[in-house]
Amino acid sequence: MTTLEHEARGEGTVVDRRRRARAGAWSRLDLHGSPYLFVAPFFVLFAAFGLFPLGYTVVVSLHKWDLTGDAGLIGFENYSTLLADPDFWNALLNTLGLLVLATVPQLLGALILAALLNRPIRALLFFRLGVLIPVVTSVAAVAIVFGQLYGRDTGLVNGLLHLFSVGPVDWQASRGGSWVAVASMVNWRWTGYNALIYLAAMQSISRDLYEAAQIDGAGPVRQFRSITVPLIRPALIFTVVMSTIGGMQLFTEPLLFGQGDVSGGSLRQFQTIAMYMFEQSFQNFDYGYGSAVAVVIFLLTVIAGVVNAVVGRMVRGGTQ
Amino acid sequence: MSTRWFPGRPGLLKISVAALAVAGLIAGCGGGDKDGASSEGGTITLTVKTFSQFGYEDLYTQYEASHPGIKIKQENIAQLGDYTPKLQQWLTAGSGAGDVVALEEGILVKLMAKPDQFVNLLDYDAGSLKSNFLDWKWNQALTTDGKKLIGLGTDVGAQGMCYRTDLFAKAGLPTERDKVGALWPSWDDYLATGKKLTAANTGASFYDSSGALYQNILMQQGDTTYFDRDNKLIVDSNPGVRKAWDQTVAMIDAGLSGKLTTWSPQWNAGFKKGTFATIPCPAWMLGIIQDQAGPGNSGQWDVARVPGEGAVRGGSFLAVPTQSKHPKEAAELAKFLTSPDGQTAAFKAKNNFPSSPAAIDSAAVSGAVNKYFNNAPVGKIFGTSAKSLKPVYLGPDNQVVGDAIGDALTAIEQGKLKPGEAWDKALSDAKRAAGK
Repeated sequence: MTTLEHEARGEGTVVDRRRRARAGAWSRLDLHGSPYLFVAPFFVLFAAFGLFPLGYTVVVSLHKWDLTGDAGLIGFENYSTLLADPDFWNALLNTLGLLVLATVPQLLGALILAALLNRPIRALLFFRLGVLIPVVTSVAAVAIVFGQLYGRDTGLVNGLLHLFSVGPVDWQASRGGSWVAVASMVNWRWTGYNALIYLAAMQSISRDLYEAAQIDGAGPVRQFRSITVPLIRPALIFTVVMSTIGGMQLFTEPLLFGQGDVSGGSLRQFQTIAMYMFEQSFQNFDYGYGSAVAVVIFLLTVIAGVVNAVVGRMVRGGTQ
Repeated sequence: MSTRWFPGRPGLLKISVAALAVAGLIAGCGGGDKDGASSEGGTITLTVKTFSQFGYEDLYTQYEASHPGIKIKQENIAQLGDYTPKLQQWLTAGSGAGDVVALEEGILVKLMAKPDQFVNLLDYDAGSLKSNFLDWKWNQALTTDGKKLIGLGTDVGAQGMCYRTDLFAKAGLPTERDKVGALWPSWDDYLATGKKLTAANTGASFYDSSGALYQNILMQQGDTTYFDRDNKLIVDSNPGVRKAWDQTVAMIDAGLSGKLTTWSPQWNAGFKKGTFATIPCPAWMLGIIQDQAGPGNSGQWDVARVPGEGAVRGGSFLAVPTQSKHPKEAAELAKFLTSPDGQTAAFKAKNNFPSSPAAIDSAAVSGAVNKYFNNAPVGKIFGTSAKSLKPVYLGPDNQVVGDAIGDALTAIEQGKLKPGEAWDKALSDAKRAAGK
């Protein structure tokens, strides 16, 4: 046998075989390892800026930690204080109240808006882009404008109410008034965004269904209820979950509505849990306690998300 | 620099809308967190950490010229709200705080609870400088046993009482500032004047809102407020607190308050439209009044002395963290910057009102007048106010307790609580906040 034949049959010398095995290891590593390398940037960044702060917040929440530094591990004391803290429950009530006031009208409004935009109307592109304008407006600008609108002495809203001989309302002073004002800010800002999501979902619905329904004698309202809404359900669930998460973290609007007062009014009537966290951490510099609030917000948001998903699934079972 | 962040009540975090809007832009200007002190080839670099505007640029140049071998690096953070968390990080991490750090009053009283993070300036012969500072300013940075000094005073938010001359004229009151000041030797007299003005139906309230007034009255009530020197909460037993509260409630009852939230649109507009006749104004507020009232109202606003004896809202200090590698040189620099000459220079640069009696008496400060306010001798008015204030001990949790009481006063103004209920709520909130 010649050397050539040896090699052709893959028998080779010992050295050759080793070399080939090494190359095989490399290519195996390349095959199985490199994909991890390619996706690594995201995970490394997520670990550094997402996971680590999350874990560290939990650690800090178990400590007594203020402006002068770490004063030692105190276990769950921050949490037990928190559960007995009326200001926290008050903030939670405000957050949930604002969540309802800001999410329900917003999503209903978005649904109606999307249905209108899904029809052949004049200047369609103009209107479709127009509903996005609030989203690209800076929150600070929104808050300044709404702050003027809801001004006690010279506000436009009180001016309008005056025409009907109502008021003047001190929007900041009462719980109801401040909730309405803050919720209107959130609604104004996000209705258009959700409408576009619904619109995109609506456009993927086959026209045939509507034609068939028309032949069966269903009017526009019936078509909307029986075809449009069920078929865009994934989009509905998505927006509900996103709005809930946004609502749980509501911060800037109520903060700026109160001229930057993190206690959210004289009786904390519009202080959200995010504001309460900020107050404890960065006004009172009680980092341990503030971190405990942050962890609880995280858990509550997870719970709200899960509840949404479960309800969404139950609704699916109901309609189909 | 000192208190613009805390306009309504000292220490209350009020982020003005504009401030928040630009916060994002300036957040990036924090600068590197690297070790401040470094020495190469015999040159020592001292890093000075400040917030807002301390007006030290010329002083640095001057100091470097007179101290060969010293280089100064300033790292400034525009907003106090961004600066404080960073400061905490530097102190906790044990590096990054540089050699000289600026401490706002509210932060200083908290840090006094754990003074070991800062060099004892008495070890660097600062003791001889005591007469350079107002007594209360000196004492604020001195531990209660008097053995450790952690900071040297920079500026103070010396305060006067600003008033609308046109409204005073309409109500038949004197408009000339000395005579206006003579109207209210005490807060009772201020109340009486307020009743006269509101009775004249000028359409304006007597003052903007009660929080700042209460704070002003409280600081004149003796040497403690909410805490005694052992940091025991005495808010319910200190007669001074109750007196300041009752005095403020009496003014609300008399209908003198405009019930305007500080920084709200109607508060801002009030300066121009004259919806309130007086407002307690620290030195830094003069610029805000001028901006809000506009050039058309030049001369309508004037400034007089405050009722009672003196008033100050906030102020700052310079300290040397123990993590500094050149504490001796850093302490020398801090002494230089807070010297009477240094403070006078900072006043000239950025109108930061000095805490040094010698600087207050210097021609540059005491001769300062403000054109917009009818050429009021503001240097003299604010100087007298700062000098006549007696030392008050605050305690590390002063701010949260003050916030609880301030909120209760606002609730009375808004008609949400009766004074009695508000007082009970303030006390229970204060106890909870201090016990946390």
